[in-house]
Amino acid sequence: MCLAIPGRVEQILSDEPLAREAMVSFGGIRKTVNLSFVPDAAVGDYVIVHVGLAISKLDEEAAAALIATLNSIPAVEGTP
Amino acid sequence: MKHLTEYRDSQLIGQLLKMIAARVSQPWVLMEVCGGQTHSIVKYGLEQLLPAGIELLHGPGCPVCVTPASTIDQAISLARRPQVLFCSYGDMLRVPGSGHSLLEAKAAGADVRMVYSPLDALALARDNPDRQIVFFAIGFETTAPATAIALQTARAQQLANFSVLVAHFLVPPALASIATANSSRLQGLLAPGHVCAVTGMAEYQALAARYHLPIVITGFEPADILQGILQCVEQLESGQAYACNAYSRVVRDAGNSLAQEAVSTVFQTADQEWRGIGIIERSGLQLRAEYQQFDAGLATTSNAPAAQEECISGAIMLGLKKPQQCPHFGTRCRPEHPLGAPMVSSEGVCAAYFQYH
Repeated sequence: MCLAIPGRVEQILSDEPLAREAMVSFGGIRKTVNLSFVPDAAVGDYVIVHVGLAISKLDEEAAAALIATLNSIPAVEGTP
Repeated sequence: MKHLTEYRDSQLIGQLLKMIAARVSQPWVLMEVCGGQTHSIVKYGLEQLLPAGIELLHGPGCPVCVTPASTIDQAISLARRPQVLFCSYGDMLRVPGSGHSLLEAKAAGADVRMVYSPLDALALARDNPDRQIVFFAIGFETTAPATAIALQTARAQQLANFSVLVAHFLVPPALASIATANSSRLQGLLAPGHVCAVTGMAEYQALAARYHLPIVITGFEPADILQGILQCVEQLESGQAYACNAYSRVVRDAGNSLAQEAVSTVFQTADQEWRGIGIIERSGLQLRAEYQQFDAGLATTSNAPAAQEECISGAIMLGLKKPQQCPHFGTRCRPEHPLGAPMVSSEGVCAAYFQYH
C-alpha cells in the first residue's frame, strides 16, 4: 500500500496551486503526476511517486554515495 | 529501472549479507514494519540468506489488513446506494468485512470502481455531477497527504458530490503499543521508509529513546532492507539505541513539510480501531470540522458488534505468530478464499508466505 516508485520528471504541465503537474516517466511508462508537495522538482529530477503524488525528490548524491560506499568496501570473508 | 534495479544487484546483496554475518555475535529479533518490506523479504528469500541468529518479525504495516471489518461494512452499505459511485484502491476490494467484500457488492450490482489515486476519484466527481462519488480513503501517513490534497481541491472547487470514507492510520502509536506489549520479543525496528518520507524522523527518535529500541528508517528493495538490518545489528551489538536513516536518498530528517501541512489542515488525530488488534489511542485521523461536509462516514453508521473472526491477524501483525502457525493457513484460508485480510492484500504477510514459501 505504501508502494512508491521513482520516476523521472520529463515535462512540467501545470504550476497551479494544489495541481502542480508533470509528465513523469517510469522506465518509459509515462504518467501525469501531481508535484504539489515537491515544488523544487524540475525536469530531469527523479521523484518518488505514491498514488499519483510525488512525496519526495530523490537525492541522487545520497543514492550514488551509498552505492559507491558499498562497492568500495573490500570483500568480507566468510559465507553469508 | 534507474534507482530500483541497482538495489537488486546480487553482488551488492551478497556483500551486505557478509557484512551482517561478520557483525552478528548473538541472536537478534528485528521487526520490519511495512508490508512492502515484508513482501520484498519473502519474495527475495532474505530470511533464508541471513545469518541463522537474525529473526524477522513482520509488523502491522498493511493498511488494508488493519482497516476494521465494520468500516468495510460501512463502505459496502454506501456502495449499495443507487446514486453512489464508490471508488477504492484495488487492494481493498477483495478484503471481507463482517460478511462480504466490496468486490462481492460490485458483483451484486453496486457501482464500485478501482482507482489508482484520490485525484482520479475527484476527476470522476467532476465528470459525473449527477452521481455521489465516495472515495475509500485508507492508508498510513504516506497516503494521507493524497487524501488531503484531494479534499483541499474539492473544497476549493466546491465539489458537492465528492466525499470520503476515512480509515487513515498512524504508525508510531502502533509501534509504541507493540514495544510495550509484555509478550513482545522485539529488539530492533526497521521503520517504514515511505511513511518517514512524509513524517520525518522525529517521532522515531522519540520512540527509540523512550523504549531503548534501535530504529532504522529502511527502504524496500533487497539491498535497502539488508542495509537497514546491518545498521540495526550494529546498534544492537554495540548496545546503542537511536533512530537513524538508511534510506537517505528518499527520506529527509524533517520529512515533507508541505505534505505534513496538508494533512494537518484537513485532519486531526483520533483514536482508531486496528482490525485484529483493537483500539489504539490517537493512532488515526479524522476530518476537521471545516471538512466534515466531505465525510461519507457521517452518512452511515456501523453499529454491528465486532464479530469473532477466525483470522488471527492481530497476533500475526504484532509479530507474535507466523502465518504457518495459523491452523487455517494454506488450507481453509487461501488467496482465492481468504478468511482474513493478511491473505488478501499483496502486502499481507500471509499472502506473501503463501505465494513465495
